[in-house]
Amino acid sequence: MNKLEGFDGHPYMANSNEQARQAMLDAVGATNLDQLFEQIPQDNLTDHQFSWPKELSSEHELFQVVNKLLLRNQHCEDNLSFIGSGAYRHYVPAIVDTVIGRSEFLTPVFGTSSSDQGRMQAWFEFTSQLGELLDMEFVGLPVYSYGAAIGHALRMAARVNGRSKVIIPEILDPEKMAVVNTYAGHPDLDGHLEVITCPCDIQTGLIDTDQLRVLLNDQVAAVYFESPNALGSLEINASEIIQIARTQGVLSIMGVDPITLGIVRSPGSLDCDICVGSIASLGVHLNSGGGVAGFIASRDEERLVRQFPTLQVSLAKTTKQGELGFALTLFEQSSYAAREEGNDWTGNGVYLWAIAASVYMSLLGPEGFREIGAAVLQRTSDLKRSLASVNGIQVLSPGTNFREVVVSFRDSGKSIKAINDALLARGIFGGCDLAVMDSRLEGCALYCVTELHSAEDIDQLVQALKEILA
Amino acid sequence: MTELKKYQSAVWSEPIVLTMGSPGRRGQRFALDRPVDHTLGELLPAHLRREKSVKLPELSEFEVLRHYEHLSQQTLGMMGVSLFGTCTMKYNPRVNERLVNKPEVAEVHPLQDPSTFQGTLEIVDSFDHMLREVSGMDRFVFQAGGGADAAYLHMTLTRAYFADRGELGTRNEIITTIQSHPCNPATAAAAGFSVITLPLEEDGYPSTEALRAALSDRTAALVMNNPDDIGIYNPRVKEWVDAAHDAGALCFYDHANFNGVMTRIRARELGFDACMFMLHKTFGSPKSGSGGPAIGAYGCTDELAKYLPGPLLERTDSGALTLVEGSDKGVGRIREFMGNLPVVIRAYCWSRSMGIQGLREAANLSVLANNYMETRILSIPGVSKAFPDNKLFRLEMTRYSLEKLTADTGVTVLDIQNRMTDFGVDAPWLSHDPWFIPEPITPEAGELWSREDLDHWIDALAQSCEEAYAQPELVKSAPHNQAIHKLSDAQFSDPDTWATTWRSYTRKYQ
Repeated sequence: MNKLEGFDGHPYMANSNEQARQAMLDAVGATNLDQLFEQIPQDNLTDHQFSWPKELSSEHELFQVVNKLLLRNQHCEDNLSFIGSGAYRHYVPAIVDTVIGRSEFLTPVFGTSSSDQGRMQAWFEFTSQLGELLDMEFVGLPVYSYGAAIGHALRMAARVNGRSKVIIPEILDPEKMAVVNTYAGHPDLDGHLEVITCPCDIQTGLIDTDQLRVLLNDQVAAVYFESPNALGSLEINASEIIQIARTQGVLSIMGVDPITLGIVRSPGSLDCDICVGSIASLGVHLNSGGGVAGFIASRDEERLVRQFPTLQVSLAKTTKQGELGFALTLFEQSSYAAREEGNDWTGNGVYLWAIAASVYMSLLGPEGFREIGAAVLQRTSDLKRSLASVNGIQVLSPGTNFREVVVSFRDSGKSIKAINDALLARGIFGGCDLAVMDSRLEGCALYCVTELHSAEDIDQLVQALKEILA
Repeated sequence: MTELKKYQSAVWSEPIVLTMGSPGRRGQRFALDRPVDHTLGELLPAHLRREKSVKLPELSEFEVLRHYEHLSQQTLGMMGVSLFGTCTMKYNPRVNERLVNKPEVAEVHPLQDPSTFQGTLEIVDSFDHMLREVSGMDRFVFQAGGGADAAYLHMTLTRAYFADRGELGTRNEIITTIQSHPCNPATAAAAGFSVITLPLEEDGYPSTEALRAALSDRTAALVMNNPDDIGIYNPRVKEWVDAAHDAGALCFYDHANFNGVMTRIRARELGFDACMFMLHKTFGSPKSGSGGPAIGAYGCTDELAKYLPGPLLERTDSGALTLVEGSDKGVGRIREFMGNLPVVIRAYCWSRSMGIQGLREAANLSVLANNYMETRILSIPGVSKAFPDNKLFRLEMTRYSLEKLTADTGVTVLDIQNRMTDFGVDAPWLSHDPWFIPEPITPEAGELWSREDLDHWIDALAQSCEEAYAQPELVKSAPHNQAIHKLSDAQFSDPDTWATTWRSYTRKYQ
């Protein structure tokens, strides 16, 4: 490696030239650049010979090199994918990408409420439209993921009622389960939540409400359940779970995917205390796993609201009569303002997806959400029926499923891996192995469809499986 | 001073989207084999069905596009000059957007078989190695969705490390400084640790004696940034790390302010066990109005690597890359999946474009530009700099104070911030809470902006300060060139008035 001399005329750096550097050096009264680093003691400076690949400062060369690497990837547009398990491929309308690609939304950081009025409004329209789908009045700006939202909500609940046990379903997506366990803390340290898992029906993943009654007591801060759940089932006992929790002073936390809510009963109408979920289905690409984002919502009730760890945008008045603007509200309870005294901690790393989701909700409107809900239910039902016709396959999901169904290959004598390898050879991504979620689901896989799957796609899967299992 | 360029935001008086539209308009349709009602009746039991229609707007596709484009035009959004301190405002190369928007990235499911996205995994692996080079760490992971998430990863990893050693019962304290980002103490507390915060002393950093007094066999980790966001470098950092290690603690380097020291220092050589880089700041990925989609790239030594969360990259004997779970003793996950891989790809592209010489240039220019700005800014009446007795050149940021200007005129730094936006300058960064420098303002020049841009920013500050003396009301009532006027509500923490949704607003106000 040559001496580190800098780089003249790089397209990303306006002052990377002798004239600009010299003029500024003259202005500061320094004779050379090294002098500017006088704060750093000599023995802190590195003499490391950096081994980085040679720069690709011409855009065409960079594009070609990286593009060539990326072209090695296969993806869900040129393959038929039945993978769900926490990341769902729904259609992203073209104008969602147009809007989030606007420089004013894509590139900056915070401004003032007045100079960023448009983005603040877009954020407010995100929380407002999500609030309509949920039937809930208080919605925070997004958190890092669905799992993070569950973790934060459980901790919120513990702060609200001062209790330290939480109940979650024993059948939970393993990625989320791992996140929740991290958020629950450690028994040797302060603020630890004892996580108790509630037995679930193994075919549907639905909460066993009799067992839940046994587990509930006045030590329990919250019970978490979801609909659709980790096995794709809609929770038929949601209302009962919320009510029996309430009789013990236990807060109910319901997880939802808002994309269901044009047709499925809302968490607000069920009167759950806190609602969490993913916004990734609302106009966000899979992005190789980089599309995840979660939300937290509740009734607009002070004892709950005071425990939110998020940032919030509120409507606010301006100095001009009748004009409305937007401001952050309850900032003082966030870690930005209160450091370790704040509610948990706040990150703002996914807010572009709030704008994507806002555009998506505006585009769909009430009828669009009804249609997409019906389309997915229809496809899920078609998938169940079609797979049940294949010898060696059993569809275990007896309830109402949205998007995902549990498929047992136990009778086929083949492993999920062998089946998925054979599907992959035919350009099909098979569903995820469920044994990692629960050992009782050994030999089962979770298959996912959305509005993007046609009847022909399902036929193609069925034909491929018939060949493989023959 | 030359006359400032004029700026005026678009004013569209754009209504709240929920009040727009007309019944029956559609913005998106979905293909259905059978009518909705029929499908629902057949497939969705009545008690699972939504009772009332959702009160979302009914708009045509064009109306939705125009509404959000109008909102974008009512956002200053770095369309002029933004020198937002701590955030290292960079150019976000659009070729990177072109690459990550391809289906080979955007339409990849994170649970696809790793054999099907080797291109991306090769990039992740290469970038991991590039970050190892600039930091000296042994391994990087990208699961953390931002800087705060990376801080949380560090705290939970520290927890796992000491739990494994059976010391967690006694090691339950994290030491940091008042100049660390608020997410550091906050994530420490959320992970269950108690927090000791060291105050700054006259040179602009805490004393080593204060550190030594705080260290004990209860200390789990020292967490610090250096330089901090005042632009001051703690020259005794090696001594600090040694002292913490002597007490049996881990040392974490929050490298949020890496831009000015790139290629000049390496975290591992200073003794740190782990560090964090913000790919959406230092490495050219966009911030999107706040933090991203973002990544706090977390790097650590081999000793700590066994506690990293999965899925972790591993090269098989065949030379292919695969993903494996982390250790049972480690942090299971802090977030679902492997991370915001499009952000890793962007950062990789930025780094490949720059090369190591480009990193050197960027660090040089960001420090040079900051000191250039200082020479002009300190000549503005009413402006001083934090810790003026520390006469050494500041690194990539300098914190200033408008204390005198406020005392002289009654105009606050918040007013100045508002007024500067009238000249097309995004609101400057002030300071994290608490403000121990009164009326703080903290620009960060970075390597992107031309001298002309830097001069415009300084001119906007100078003009705003001059106006504070000449026409204080003009500044106090700013902004005047934005889509809306200054907010009048000073207090947004009243249950009767806060409204984070339209339905809450309509109930409380109409």
